[in-house]
Amino acid sequence: MYDMKALYEAESVQHAIQLRLEHPEAQIIAGGSDVLVQMREGKRAGKELISIYMIDAMRGVSIDEAENIRIGSLTSFSHITHDPIIQKYINVLGEAVDQVGSPQIRNIGTIGGNTCNGVTSADSASTLHAWEAVVELTGVNGVRRLPIKDFYIKAGVVDIRAEEGEIQTAILIPKVSYENTFGHYIKYGMRNAMEIASLGCSVNVRLSDDKQTIDRCRIAYGVAGPVPMRVPSAEAVANGSAMTEDMVNEFSLAVLNDINPRDSWRASKAFRQHIAVEMAKRALIESIHRAGGEIK
Amino acid sequence: MSQYKLVHCNINGKDVERMVDVRASLTDMLRNEYHLTSVKKGCEVGECGACNVLINGEAFNSCIYLAVWAEGKTILTLEGLEGPNGELSDIQQAFIDETAIQCGFCTPGFIMTAVEILNSGKEYSDEELRKLLSGHLCRCTGYENILRAVKKTMYKRLGKEMPA
Repeated sequence: MYDMKALYEAESVQHAIQLRLEHPEAQIIAGGSDVLVQMREGKRAGKELISIYMIDAMRGVSIDEAENIRIGSLTSFSHITHDPIIQKYINVLGEAVDQVGSPQIRNIGTIGGNTCNGVTSADSASTLHAWEAVVELTGVNGVRRLPIKDFYIKAGVVDIRAEEGEIQTAILIPKVSYENTFGHYIKYGMRNAMEIASLGCSVNVRLSDDKQTIDRCRIAYGVAGPVPMRVPSAEAVANGSAMTEDMVNEFSLAVLNDINPRDSWRASKAFRQHIAVEMAKRALIESIHRAGGEIK
Repeated sequence: MSQYKLVHCNINGKDVERMVDVRASLTDMLRNEYHLTSVKKGCEVGECGACNVLINGEAFNSCIYLAVWAEGKTILTLEGLEGPNGELSDIQQAFIDETAIQCGFCTPGFIMTAVEILNSGKEYSDEELRKLLSGHLCRCTGYENILRAVKKTMYKRLGKEMPA
């Protein structure tokens, strides 16, 4: 038995919004792999829960009329990994979320829960930042969309207006962001399964038509700061550049200008800075290869 | 204040319904209401895999799954693998043959994940199998025999010779 005060089961998005307005103190639960564990630990004990898990309309991946990739917030990590749209256009996201927890956790964990937690180590978060994902929130005043970088406010805090009954309903990847773009994610953890990232790095590139230069490069980290972050200094090195070993080295060292990791029991700041450089390099090289480019 | 909900589902091939306390995990419901004690209470925080069952064919740690979410679902536990005359399934027999069991506490969970793996009909490498089995902790066997039991059954079902 869980120590909960009450459970409200939402049958639709509108019902969830209504429940949220009626029970402002209640915690939203999607897959529950964080919320129920925290409840078991006593952190959320005695609280009311609003379950949105049974709203099947919030599951699945599709391409909408504006050609955005639309990922329903309740889509599980394993369904993202196995989805043909994800595999075709943003395979790196499927690979990133395939490194969360364990197979059973990937069957219950949702991308909405992973982002709404607001934690920097979420395996989906750096890739969603690197692909400039858009978060869709639905509340009593309708739909609000905001760039994922604005969704994350500070560690553990995201921009959801509970007072307007908002819940996160989807994550969108705009066409301009995924078209002709190839990426790679590297997670550094102390073991392969059931481990939170010590550092996560996601890079993607779009090459020029002749595949001689990098047209656009984006890089984002998890655990390099209190929230997931882009690294503009490194992107500036790569954008418009020819693909040479010197450029790759300069790119990877430039990440140190922007990242701000901390000392924690999982890893020291110095170690995180050290592996950040190497991960940037490896992820860029792999991204270039996936895009059909060659490093000279 | 207790809060109850009627939950209908199909467990091991049988349509069932029961009034369930909304605070219950699926582990609580399967053990206490249906006496399916292969579903073990281990860590109860989704780490050890001892409570693993298949829901609509996918492996879930039932300890971090609310019982009320079972509404309308098809659930398979280890008990559901038993043949009509009490026969063991191929994967259970393989666990015995390969000595993939010692104390047995992790075994039902491991076997249900193995059932999901085997039902996919795919041929996996050792590395892939290790990753697919990584959601379970076993403190007795050292995992090698478990891997071998799953691998052996995979090749048997595929009708292929197991590589040496």
